[in-house]
Order: sequence, then structure tokens, then C-alpha cells
Amino acid sequence: MARRLAGFLVLLLVVSICEAAFLFQPISDSHRSAALELFTPDHGSFKSLEETYEALRTFQILGIEKKPDLTATACRSISETVGSSSSTAKDLFYALKANSIAECKIDKKASKGIISRLNAAVSGASSLLDFYYSVGGLVLIKDQSSEADVHLADAEGVFRSVKAFSQSDGRWRYSSSNPESSAFAAGIALETLAGIVSLASSEIDQSLISTLKNDIIKLFDSIEKYDDGALYFDDKLVDGHEYQGPLSTTSSVLRGLTAFAAVTAENLNLPGDTMLGLAKFFLGICVPGDAKDFFNQIDSLACLESNRVSIPLILSFPSTVLSLTRKDSLKVGVSTVLGSEVPSLTVKLVGAFSSGSKDASLVESQELNFDKASGLHILNDLPKSIDVGSYTFVFEVVLHEPEHEEVYFMGSQTKVPISVTGLIKVENSEIAVLDSDLGSIESQKKLDLAGKNAISLSANHLQKLRLSFQLTTPHGRSFKPHQAFLKLRHESKVEHIFVVGNSGKQFEIVLNFLGLVEKFFYLSGKYDMELTIGDAAMENSLLVAIGHIELDLPEAPEKAPRPPPQPVDPYSRYGPKAEITHIFRAPEKRPPQELSLAFLGLTILPLLGFLIGLLRLGVNLKNFPTKPVPATFAVLFHVGIGAVLLLYVFFWVKLDLFQTLKLLGFLGVFLVFVGHRILSHLAAASAKLKSA
Amino acid sequence: MGRTSSTKEDAGALFHSLRSAYAATPVNLKIIDLYVGFAIFTALIQVVYMAMVGSFPFNSFLSGVLSCVGTAVLAGKSNFLSPLFAKDLPPERAFADFVLCNLVLHLVIMNFLG
Repeated sequence: MARRLAGFLVLLLVVSICEAAFLFQPISDSHRSAALELFTPDHGSFKSLEETYEALRTFQILGIEKKPDLTATACRSISETVGSSSSTAKDLFYALKANSIAECKIDKKASKGIISRLNAAVSGASSLLDFYYSVGGLVLIKDQSSEADVHLADAEGVFRSVKAFSQSDGRWRYSSSNPESSAFAAGIALETLAGIVSLASSEIDQSLISTLKNDIIKLFDSIEKYDDGALYFDDKLVDGHEYQGPLSTTSSVLRGLTAFAAVTAENLNLPGDTMLGLAKFFLGICVPGDAKDFFNQIDSLACLESNRVSIPLILSFPSTVLSLTRKDSLKVGVSTVLGSEVPSLTVKLVGAFSSGSKDASLVESQELNFDKASGLHILNDLPKSIDVGSYTFVFEVVLHEPEHEEVYFMGSQTKVPISVTGLIKVENSEIAVLDSDLGSIESQKKLDLAGKNAISLSANHLQKLRLSFQLTTPHGRSFKPHQAFLKLRHESKVEHIFVVGNSGKQFEIVLNFLGLVEKFFYLSGKYDMELTIGDAAMENSLLVAIGHIELDLPEAPEKAPRPPPQPVDPYSRYGPKAEITHIFRAPEKRPPQELSLAFLGLTILPLLGFLIGLLRLGVNLKNFPTKPVPATFAVLFHVGIGAVLLLYVFFWVKLDLFQTLKLLGFLGVFLVFVGHRILSHLAAASAKLKSA
Repeated sequence: MGRTSSTKEDAGALFHSLRSAYAATPVNLKIIDLYVGFAIFTALIQVVYMAMVGSFPFNSFLSGVLSCVGTAVLAGKSNFLSPLFAKDLPPERAFADFVLCNLVLHLVIMNFLG
């Protein structure tokens, strides 16, 4: 976890350095450390041979020491794949690719087996990728095993089959059934065709190779461009699965191009700045965060480093900010994309222009001195015409040997933004209070803006305040900073800011208090004065407290605007707020328990009164049926009513409505049945009595 | 002086006649009258209690009072029905009606009691 964090911080640092749009740094140690972070094997081995190959190749190009355990595990998986009879052409291809770097030994029997299998794959191939893996594998095994004789049967037929996948716009299809074409596939096809040519160059008709040249030219017509000169290939996003992204596509095309250029003696008539534009594209990525992107970038840069079309050279600058105070000199490095040495050449500064101005160059064309020790071209003394500010410098590179111009390519002119900083002299600063009408000076004080000041002035609303100073650059020219402000702050923290204007070197501001009375909200009292002078190119930007001025302003009229309320402490609104105490509703006062119990007793009283009254009336149970059947019904009736009442008691104590209703349903039915029986019996009995 | 005394005598005579008439009513109706009186009296006691301690669990108070009043009403209904409509509605029927309505009333009361 800590290593990953460190790696992430490294990447972050490098990304922050690589912000400059027009400056491309060659590969450096930051890439090497990022590579070690990205290509960390899981438990000592990578997930697939493809990843193993990518890691090994990246380490090889960057010059990172091969770790023995990594090589050992790679050898193990290579020999496993090579020995297994179920490996596909793709597995063999990547195993052999990894082996070209890991250099494990493959015995004769195994290589013979590989060759026969790959030959079978070639004859049985139907799609572009089948051809790619099988032909590529044969090329690799030819380099790796010295004894075996690798022979590609019917090379011209294979060549034509691969060529059949091409389209008129220079792109290639993956197979005859799939109509989608892409530049990525074109790169793969070019590599395959280059492989076929290298295996059996004598058998192939030269005219076929020439037509391939035209295909390449057509493919490069579809190249796309960024504003900073970077060139790249991108396929249209038709189907998400097949889409590779500009980095993968461009590196595939570049691999194909350089492979093809290596096997043919013909001159591919590509415009010179194509390779430089591709180099700018790959270098502009800085350090990718993904292992596959990293491999694509480094592999492509290795192709650019040594190819037969043209090798791009790039300018690099250790620093683009020069300080006049430190007497910095302008240093330029020239190298290949991987940071290797270049043949002898001269760097010329052909012009320097102030940013945003189209005037003539401020310097005349001059050569930079080459310092052998550091390998940089240095301009020792900046011309006097280069003062503090930001400029665009234009460089040209001239190679010493004319034959190198065929091999290397350096763009015509490179424009680089350079900033020059220095100390600005602040002189003749003084502050004065003037009488409004006459313009006569009432009090004048000299200021020392570099040191401490504690000026104390007083003025009323009829007077004016004047502040003036001069700014001069190290070379004696006038200078207009980005910020020149005078701030007046009242005791009640109300602030007013004024911009100090200039004419040439002289900066002056006059505050006429008569006109400013309303702006100051009629606040009289002590005002602190503060002066700010700042610029990106100024090494001694300053923010000084000048002193204070007592202002006497008239009384505010009724309708005058009030000053805005100033926060006491701007951060106080983030402090803790008042605590809320929740006031619960006070519980109702309950009566004392004895009173409640007394009234409970009192409530029972009427019931007793009722019972006594009944007795006094002479209530009897004579009508209670004596015969057994009606008697049981009568009993059941009373029991039923009692049960319902008991159910109600339970309902109040424990049950809920639904359970009660359920039980009530059963009891109710029972009760109705029984009640009906007894009451009809009683009714019949009394009717009999009445009639009798 | 004479008029007031005659009024008093009249009031006394009226009261006596009521009493004797009441004694002649059948026992059934007297029972029902007694029951109604008992129910109303219970309700009154509850109202007095509420007046003393405040109406905090108002739902309980209401259910208590309304159960008394409700049962009194039902009894009065049975009372009212029997002499006038005795021919149409037998007293047993009225009693069954009374019991059923009371049971329903008490279910509602128990639910509202809380």
C-alpha cells in the first residue's frame, strides 16, 4: 500500500511537471520509477504471456536491470507454453516475443514442433489476427533458434491473402466476414506483411511491395492533428469491443510502419514532420497510468528512436523561467525521444518576441554555445533587449553533417515561451495632502516602500491625497505591473481599494475626498493605508502598510447609505451554534391515587343500588325454564353473554381489535343461535299462557 | 296567601297521584326504569370525578360516560317500545334487540377506552 502511494505521488509530481503545452521532455528517470511501479507482477508472475512480454520489453527499452526472479518465472511460463501441444498460435507468438528478451533456451525438438505448428497455422489462417500471430511467431523463432531452417510455404500466396483484407482508404479489415475496418488493423497487417517479406523476400514480387507503399501513404492521409503539432491516428467508435483508442491505434500503425521500412529498401515518401508529430503525440502523454498504455508509449518511442524513415529530435529545457538577478543563462538540450545522444549540431536562437506582440524580433539570430560537460546548448548572456516579462523564443537546429539530415529530422522552427523575472526598482515614492482648489501642498512626506513606514497625515473633505512613485526594470525601462492598488481601511473595518494609474515610469493616484465622501459612507476617523504592487515577473512584489490618515468628513445626511456590516470574525459563522434544549410537553397532572380509588368505589355504588332496588321490587327467577333442554339453552345463553363480556375485558387488557372481532364472530354466532332458541321458547310459553 | 297555599296543595296532590300511578305500573317496566336510573347515576359520578381532576384522558372519560348514557338509551328504547307496540313486537324480541345493541355498544366503548 505504501509503495503504491509513493508511486502515485511520483506520477502526480511528474504529471504536474508535464503541464507545459509546447514543451516535450524526453524519457527520464521519472519514467523508469513509474515503470517499476506499474509493472509489478502478481505473486511473482504476470497474468499472461502478453503482459510478461510488455513488462520485459518496457524494462529493456528503459534500461532497467532485469530481475532474475522475473526472468525465471518468465522462462517457466514460456517453456510451459512452448511444450504444451494445446497452445494456440497467439500463445506461441507471445511466448516467443517474451523469449526474445528473456533469452531462455528452447531445445531443438521443441523449436521443430513450434515451427511445424506455426506453419500449419499459416496455411489454416483465415483472419488477419491468425496471420499476424503465425507469421510473427515464425519470424521470432527464426531469430532465436540458430539451427532450424524456417521456411514459409507459398509466401506470395500468404502475402496476397493478407493484402486482400485491405481497403481503398488505407485501412484494413480483420476478416472477410467482418466489414469493419480500422487503422489498428492496418498496423497489424503492415507488421505481418513485413514479417512475410523478411522470411521470404526473394519470392515476393517487388510490385506488390510498391503497392503497399501506396496503401501506407493513403493510411497516413487519415492522420489527425492537435494544435501543438502532435499527430495521431484514431478509429471511429463503431463498436465498443473493437475500439482501441488513439494511443493503441497510433502505436500499432507506427510499429507496422517501422517494421515495413526496415525490410524494404524503398523510400517511403512521408512528409518529414510526420515522425516528429508522432513523437510529440507520444511524449505529450507524459507518464501514463496504465501498464498497457505505458508499454504502447515506450514501445512506440523505441520504434521512433531507431527507424529507417526519420528519427525525430526534440528540444528540452531545464527551466523556462530566467532570473535577471541571478544572471541565469538560457539552456537547451537536444536529444532523441528516449534521451539518447545525437550527432553534432548547433542550436540557433533566431528570434525573440514579446508575448502578444507581432513586432519584429527583439534579438538578432545567434548561435548557442555547446557545453560538452552538461551536454546542453547555452546562451550565456541574455541580450539587453530582453527585459523583465514573458517572451516567445524561436529556435532552429542545424545538423553539422549533411548526411545526417537524411536520417534525423528536426522541425523547421520551434517556438518556446520563456519568462524573464527581475527586481523592479521602486523609487521617488512620496505621499502628500493637497488643498483642493489651489493645489498647494499642505503636508508632504517621503516614503520608503522597501522598509517600514508609519506616516501620519490628516485631511478634511475639501483636500486631496496624492501618492506617487516610479517603477523601473533592471534595464532601465518602464514597467507596468499587474497589480498596483492603494487600500484605505477605516477603524470599523470598512475597506476601499483604488487602482494606481501610470504614465510611463511615473505612477500616481490622487484621491479627491470631496467626490469620495459618499463612497466612504461619511465615516470620519482613522484610515489605515496599504499599497500593493505585484506582478508575476517581479521578484520583489510588495504589500506595505504606509501609515494612517485622519479623515474629517461631514455628517451623514438622513438618506445616506449605511456602510455594509463587517463580519466581526469572518470565520465565526463556522463556529458552534447555540445549543437547543428540547422542551418536552409537561405531562398532565394526574390526580392522587387515593382519590381515584375512592371514586372507583363510588362508581360501584349505583350498581349496588340497582341490585337492591331489584330485590325490593321482588324480582324472581320463576320464569326460568325447568325442562332440561330449554334450561341448558337458557344457561348457555347467559354463559354466552358472560363470555362476550369477558372477551371485552380481554380486549381492553391484551387483545387487539382484529383478534377480538374474530373471537366475537364465533361467540356471536353461537349466542345468536342459543338466544334465538331460548327466547323463542319463552315467547311460545308466554303466548300459550296468554291464549290459555 | 290562599293562592300559594292552593298551589302548594295542588303540587302535593299532583305528586301523590304520580306516586300512586307509578306503583300501578308493571314490574317489568319498573325494572327497566331502575336500570336507567342506575346507568344515569353512574354517568353523573363520572362527570363529577372529571370535574374534580381534569379531563386528561378525555377519550376514557367520554367512553365511560357514553357507555352509561348509551345503555340507558337502549333500555329506554325497549321500555318505550313494549307497552305501545306490544302487539307487534314481543318482549323477547325487544330483549334480544337490547342485548345485541348493548354488546355492540360495549365493543365500541372498549375500543375507545384506550
